[in-house]
Amino acid sequence: MRRLINQRPDVLSKLLLAALPFFLVFLAYALASQARLALNPDDKLLPGWTTLMEAINRVTFVPDLREGDYLLLLDTTVSMERLGTGVGIAMAIGFIVGVLQGLIPYIRATLTNFTNVVSMIPALAILPILFITFGLGETAKIVLIVVGIVPFIIRDLAQRVEELPHEQIIKAQTLGASTWQIAMRIVVPQMLPRLIDSVRMSLGPAWLYLIAAEAIAAESGLGYRIFLMRRYLSMDVILPYVAWITFLAFSLDFLLRALRRVAFRWMYRGHM
Amino acid sequence: MTRVTVENVWKTYGRQTVLERISFETAPQSFISLVGPSGCGKSTFLRMLLGDEAPTQGRILVDGVALQAEPSPDRGVVFQKYSVFPHLTALQNVMLGIELGQSPFLGHLFGKRRRAARDASRAMLKSVGLEAAENKYPAELSGGMQQRLAIAQALVKRPKLLLLDEPFGALDPGIRAEVHEILLTLWRETGMTIFMVTHDLSEAFKLGTRVIAFDRRKNRPEELEAYGATITFDLPVMRKIPPPEPVASTEAVEQKPKIAIVR
Repeated sequence: MRRLINQRPDVLSKLLLAALPFFLVFLAYALASQARLALNPDDKLLPGWTTLMEAINRVTFVPDLREGDYLLLLDTTVSMERLGTGVGIAMAIGFIVGVLQGLIPYIRATLTNFTNVVSMIPALAILPILFITFGLGETAKIVLIVVGIVPFIIRDLAQRVEELPHEQIIKAQTLGASTWQIAMRIVVPQMLPRLIDSVRMSLGPAWLYLIAAEAIAAESGLGYRIFLMRRYLSMDVILPYVAWITFLAFSLDFLLRALRRVAFRWMYRGHM
Repeated sequence: MTRVTVENVWKTYGRQTVLERISFETAPQSFISLVGPSGCGKSTFLRMLLGDEAPTQGRILVDGVALQAEPSPDRGVVFQKYSVFPHLTALQNVMLGIELGQSPFLGHLFGKRRRAARDASRAMLKSVGLEAAENKYPAELSGGMQQRLAIAQALVKRPKLLLLDEPFGALDPGIRAEVHEILLTLWRETGMTIFMVTHDLSEAFKLGTRVIAFDRRKNRPEELEAYGATITFDLPVMRKIPPPEPVASTEAVEQKPKIAIVR
């Protein structure tokens, strides 16, 4: 008998094993839902498949009675716009400040402790301040996402810049590079793929801040909708929304990974 | 022709003396091998030549001018590893030096100047035998090819000094001999002065026109902090390869093997 660590599943077993946990979750849900509905057909907590499908159909393909909007489409567009703007701004600020902090000793001396302290502030705790300062509109929500993830991106990138072999920076100088040229030709190109990793890791918190801000003050958005539906115990809408949010988050992560692979092929060459 | 003068150089870190009383002068077009046990400060000395570190005391002059305290394009360098840029192809790695010199803002060249830079870089790649690998990234090259690329990349700036920090330490013997030949050819063609730190004595004597050994004179535990390493041996090497240009007869006499123990 070989050791457990040396036993590897073949391709088919891998697929089946990967599908197993998902299948078990669906099975558990189906059984629990069936059991509850058998006791009380009006139970709202674990709706059956037909109820779920009806709700999905309603929010996706039937215009809303009040405004005539397709709710899922509207919520998705609004939320993705907030998330995209917030993450985009955070990327730009995080990249520029992170690279500067990692590369320039004077900026490092000035900012390192400050970024470390700021990154410890729980972003949700300053949400009231943001609402007071920026009002209940879009700005506060976007600023929350930015404030929440920028310190992490800065710290992560500054660290990656400092991890660049000192030899590379010396070599660039012997080739006549100025600080600007070192930044533009040596550091930035090697940091762009790191930025993508950093953003991928920030997406989880970004979603959290988005949904929290929408839950508290919004007129539309994925987070707003699930918290609105909670009042009516509409699990038939909440559950598909959660699944949809998960799918969106997963797709974003997948797209970023694909972008990294296509745009930075040097990272995947040879024996690295 | 470059002459390097080292005047009574000391290097201390806090209370720890690493190097003391280092003085010597090199003849033009020398190939100096720096040898010594690990931790004797030979790499520290190379970093001072490079400008990455400044001497605590004393000074280093190149052609009578004191060295700047930061790396500059008149001094090329090849490290044991990490000398080439992983995100650039072999050709781009060599072109980088030309592009940086001619394009201060963008660091990229276009059109005619780009073509000129590319042709010069291709010629450089050919001289180290990498013309077939110009579109490969460093991670796709073997260790020996990476070091050849690093040499080509450094030489494209036509440095007066080439500094090598255990450049062949990680290569297997066959590849090492091959890179030695390439390096000697380039050295003869360019007439630059080379400093090479190595822990391999046969390599030091095979390549160098002069072998300088650093070591500590005082090794008692209570003396370790106060006394650093200094030059213990300084040997001219008889060249098996004829010198590149007919040198003055006085120098030829000096090239005779002699053992000058500086004690």
